[in-house]
Amino acid sequence: MERLKFATVGSVDDGKSTLIGRLLFDSKSIFEDQLEHIEAVSKRRGDDYVDLSLLTDGLRAEREQGITIDVAYRYFATPKRSFIIADCPGHIQYTRNMITGASNVDLALVLVDARTGIVEQTRRHSLLVSLLGVPHLVICVNKMDLVDYDQSVFDSIRNEFETFASRLDLQDVTFLPISALAGDNVVSRSANMTWFEGPTLLHHLENVYTASDENRIDTRFPVQYVIRPQRADIPDYRGYAGCVAGGVISVGDEVMVMPSGLTTKVSAIDSPAGPLKEAGPGKAVTLLFADDLSITRGNMICRPHNRPRSSQDLEAMVCWMDDVNPMQLDKIYTIKHTTNVVRAKMTSVLYRLDISHLHRETGVSSLAMNEIGRVTLHTTAPLFFDDYHQNRTTGCFIVIDETTGQTAGAGMLLSPRS
Amino acid sequence: MKTELDSLVDESVTIIREVAAEFEHPVLLFSGGKDSVVMLHLAVRAFSPSRIPFPVMHIDTGHNFPEVIEFRDRCVAEMGVRLIVGSVQASIDAGRVADVSGPRASRNPLQTVTLLDAIAENKFDAVFGGARRDEERARAKERVYSHRDVYGQWDPKNQRPELWNLYNSKHQPGEHFRIFPLSNWTELDIWRFVGDHNIALPSIYFAHRRQVFRRDNMWMAVTPFLQPDASETASEQMVRFRTVGDATCTAAIESIASSVDEVVAETAVARITERGATRADDRISEAGMEDRKRTGYF
Repeated sequence: MERLKFATVGSVDDGKSTLIGRLLFDSKSIFEDQLEHIEAVSKRRGDDYVDLSLLTDGLRAEREQGITIDVAYRYFATPKRSFIIADCPGHIQYTRNMITGASNVDLALVLVDARTGIVEQTRRHSLLVSLLGVPHLVICVNKMDLVDYDQSVFDSIRNEFETFASRLDLQDVTFLPISALAGDNVVSRSANMTWFEGPTLLHHLENVYTASDENRIDTRFPVQYVIRPQRADIPDYRGYAGCVAGGVISVGDEVMVMPSGLTTKVSAIDSPAGPLKEAGPGKAVTLLFADDLSITRGNMICRPHNRPRSSQDLEAMVCWMDDVNPMQLDKIYTIKHTTNVVRAKMTSVLYRLDISHLHRETGVSSLAMNEIGRVTLHTTAPLFFDDYHQNRTTGCFIVIDETTGQTAGAGMLLSPRS
Repeated sequence: MKTELDSLVDESVTIIREVAAEFEHPVLLFSGGKDSVVMLHLAVRAFSPSRIPFPVMHIDTGHNFPEVIEFRDRCVAEMGVRLIVGSVQASIDAGRVADVSGPRASRNPLQTVTLLDAIAENKFDAVFGGARRDEERARAKERVYSHRDVYGQWDPKNQRPELWNLYNSKHQPGEHFRIFPLSNWTELDIWRFVGDHNIALPSIYFAHRRQVFRRDNMWMAVTPFLQPDASETASEQMVRFRTVGDATCTAAIESIASSVDEVVAETAVARITERGATRADDRISEAGMEDRKRTGYF
């Protein structure tokens, strides 16, 4: 069975947690003791309804304040697919937790309140989803029951979003009118919106085509760990363990090692399930080579005629996430990219993005928490990378503050502007 | 065709290797429970044909089911890994923590002291745990690399961002990380993996006859550490354990599932979560797990 990982994003009170509660409830994925528990808590608080958001708001502070602070993960399955939901916080203050949840999902659900339409957080989250390269987007216009299931409300929100999104890099966008509270078009078709001919949300989630989302063309294998048993029965075993970051590696393939540029052939592929003939994106494998080369963690295996870019001068979109220390030019940071750890200085901010209007603000030399900008940086050693749009795994990096240890920024590598 | 279990294995193995590459002194928490058994098997696969480059550790409350301790010792011997045992009894004897008493006493919360002492003593900087996000609502919030300060505390309101599959291992001396390679596994995934790979588990996971008594709507086992009080009566029932922990706070469920296949079938239609069905410690308060985790619990 296939697995789909999706994030729910959007502004506070647009109904994310209620929608998840509805999906779990209607697909019979809520356990009796969980339901009893949230019923008891709702009753104790004096609510006259069962607050489904209590299913995902698992922290004491979240329950006290009635808001989502950090991403919560929930798991459910239907006969067609299994799902991981990353329920992301809507508050701007917790944007970095939203990015955590959305960074490696297949699909993002953006919730929009039918009464208020597109708001600042809708734009911010859609922009982040677009920058993060999430392949599929679903705009759920929620609370349709509160606007009398009026098609014109749905159409106008759709038009407004399309105008905004025309300046974003979004490949696959689907619009659905729903009511998470009443259950319209979530799991069952709505009798109240016969004008809508599209699928229900669950039907869409079960059927969205994801097989073409991974890069199976450009072979990339960052060496993670060298396995040398030095055992009497296999004295010469030397394997290079890692996770395939792109392309399909087969036994017999001629490969090149970066940065040495030396070439060899794949003589065998070991995996947790035994030897393989080939391994595609996401597979954790151990490669064995025909020649005895010097290869270490941080090296990149590729094909001689299809190499990643290699440079110490990089350009990237960076989301800053440190609430204490803004990004500073000429300060030394640690960068983690694939299995490589290098030091780097940010050399310039080309522009900062005005999130609401997507304007590019120039003349800026810093990025504060939750700000996004296009920056240049210089690293102490070359990175072997691809444009983020070509390959999310070899195109992303994190920025670590060397003093505090905080994960201070998230970067997506881009081709330099000429 | 890549199955869902394959991708979970790939993800877990990648996390385990990354920790071995980036930390100086990792250790894997191994209780003999099903999740830690699966985690140990994945670690073996991650480094095969080499040996696992770190030891395993059990925090022993002294109130365990004997079948589980026997299994633990047999398992580490067969796999050739080094076992460190942190003893709660030794912590009590050394005056590090006071024993609990009374009819409802459980040493379960005392484990935190023993665990943190063992981490400090051995200078462990990365501690693998078999916790899964589907188990409990506070665990559903936790990162794969979960930072602990010098007091072993988790700060759930201020977790580091964790993007893509890039894990930040940076920490100050005395701090450590809890690492959860099974974060995205569900109870059913664990059992399917056990079935697919013929993995041995302690016998108490399968249906057997046992002396039990009813307490808080759960079947508690009669053991030297836990006896029925005057209002409770022991009887023999066909039961099995869905989770394995300290005998004073882990309940059995009525079951006739005696093989892995039967357990998979039973798990697939279960209407109560595994912790809800079996763990007295989670019933203390609405945030029992979060409160224990904040101070350094598993």
